[in-house]
Amino acid sequence: MEKEIVFCKGGGCTAKLGPAALSRVLQKLPKFEDPNLLVGFDHSDDAAVYRLSDDLAIVQTLDFFPPMVEDPYLFGKIAAANALSDVYAMGGDVKTALNIVCFPEKMDLNILGKILMGGSEKVREAGGVLAGGHSIADEDVKYGLSVTGTIHPDRIFENNRALPGDCLLLTKPLGVGIVCTAQRVGGASEEALKKATDSMEMLNKYASEIVRKYEVHSCTDVTGFGLLAHLMEMLDNKVSAIIDASKVPYISECDDYVEEFYITAAGQRNRNHVGDQVRFEECSFAMEEILFDPQTSGGLLVSMRPEDAKKALAELEQLGLPCGIIGEITEKQEILITVKG
Amino acid sequence: MVEVNALGKACPLPVIETKKAIEELKQDDTVKVLVDNEIAVQNVMKMAKHKNLDASSEKIDDNQFAVMIAVTGVGEKSEVEEEVNCQPDRRGKGTVVVLSSDVMGTGDESLGKQLIKGFVFALTKMEELPSKVILYNRGAFLSSENEDTIQDLKTLEAEGVEILTCGTCLNHYGLAEKLAVGTATNMYEIVESMMTASHIVKPS
Repeated sequence: MEKEIVFCKGGGCTAKLGPAALSRVLQKLPKFEDPNLLVGFDHSDDAAVYRLSDDLAIVQTLDFFPPMVEDPYLFGKIAAANALSDVYAMGGDVKTALNIVCFPEKMDLNILGKILMGGSEKVREAGGVLAGGHSIADEDVKYGLSVTGTIHPDRIFENNRALPGDCLLLTKPLGVGIVCTAQRVGGASEEALKKATDSMEMLNKYASEIVRKYEVHSCTDVTGFGLLAHLMEMLDNKVSAIIDASKVPYISECDDYVEEFYITAAGQRNRNHVGDQVRFEECSFAMEEILFDPQTSGGLLVSMRPEDAKKALAELEQLGLPCGIIGEITEKQEILITVKG
Repeated sequence: MVEVNALGKACPLPVIETKKAIEELKQDDTVKVLVDNEIAVQNVMKMAKHKNLDASSEKIDDNQFAVMIAVTGVGEKSEVEEEVNCQPDRRGKGTVVVLSSDVMGTGDESLGKQLIKGFVFALTKMEELPSKVILYNRGAFLSSENEDTIQDLKTLEAEGVEILTCGTCLNHYGLAEKLAVGTATNMYEIVESMMTASHIVKPS
């Protein structure tokens, strides 16, 4: 009997390799030395930045993954928004994009058409040009983009320069991984799924353009490693952070979904990765899981001065997604991250 | 012992299947879960810890792990669940209200109409509601033509009270098309309801 092809097996950023496994491999690679490579592997940053001249650098990134929703058009939009996000997390602007496609030979090509349509719409919305791509016959569907953007070399948002006294701003709600998992096992409500897909397909372009009006000390997008692992990278063992769980924006249905244990392997890998570097103080189990939840096309996590964060937040709220100032950066403590319930 | 074989299944399935097995237990027992990777072990252990259950795990070979969960307090659990029932059932145990007229009492007709309207309204405010309201003869007007009583009967219906109107009576008064709440019924059901009722309340 022919094996049925399943479109959505639980993808998105839950399909990422665990951070621990990845860093072991990357550490063994010899470093490239080039003074123009402003951001590379060793920063574990979102994208690479290469300086072409004193006032121009290119930002390069690529991202692709299996479907996390059943609708191919929506999947295309989300995968593209997610791939484009890395450029915005660096503070850059999108210029060109190339499709990356894995698609089963026996699957209906109209499905591929819908995926690519969704992707191309998002590239257009980003102000970029879709300039080509590469496709491979594969057992499972995977889609994403290789994206090139531009940035001024002096205005790069690095992901590890948070300063004590900074506030931490999060521009999208957490919990999309939990909602997609619940959906896969038949447990998500339509409202929850709508909140998740609205958030995932929203370009980080708008949030990036708002925060760059202020002085951004550090910025990353929250994706597969979950909020806490991305935050840990940002702290870079130089500073600590205190998270106020009551201020963390998330999709409210997740409280129930965690009680049903609609949680992922990736979430647990993220928990293992952060390990004893985080301490939870009177924090609910659901919130713990939400903070470890792998995000697909998650929001930006920005470290900036409190007065800037407040002004930026007021503008971000106009975008219509739950967002918030979720904590602060302190001098380095014994425990890197404290989450207060 | 109950065994959950989750080999070859990706998270969250091993956890969800284990949770289901625990919930289906009729008495305290041990649930043994077989999984094929360490992350699944951790997720199952995490659930057990969250539910305050003792659990241990062992590695059988590279691709096989077992988690043993000692499930206790099976009986107590359901009591707790009953307590948190957020909408208490207000229906009384088998009280049937019978309305055989569109007036209450004998005397002035407009007073009688006002009284029956007040009666149905007051019924909605009772701490213990009837299980059924049966309407026959001119009582059929209350569920088909009288806007005020229709509204109150709908409130009762929303609380789970069965509203039954005599079909013969609706036809007789030409109201069959107008029935606005509950369902039409026949004499067998009316008799059976009254025979099995614990109390019958009938304003006369």
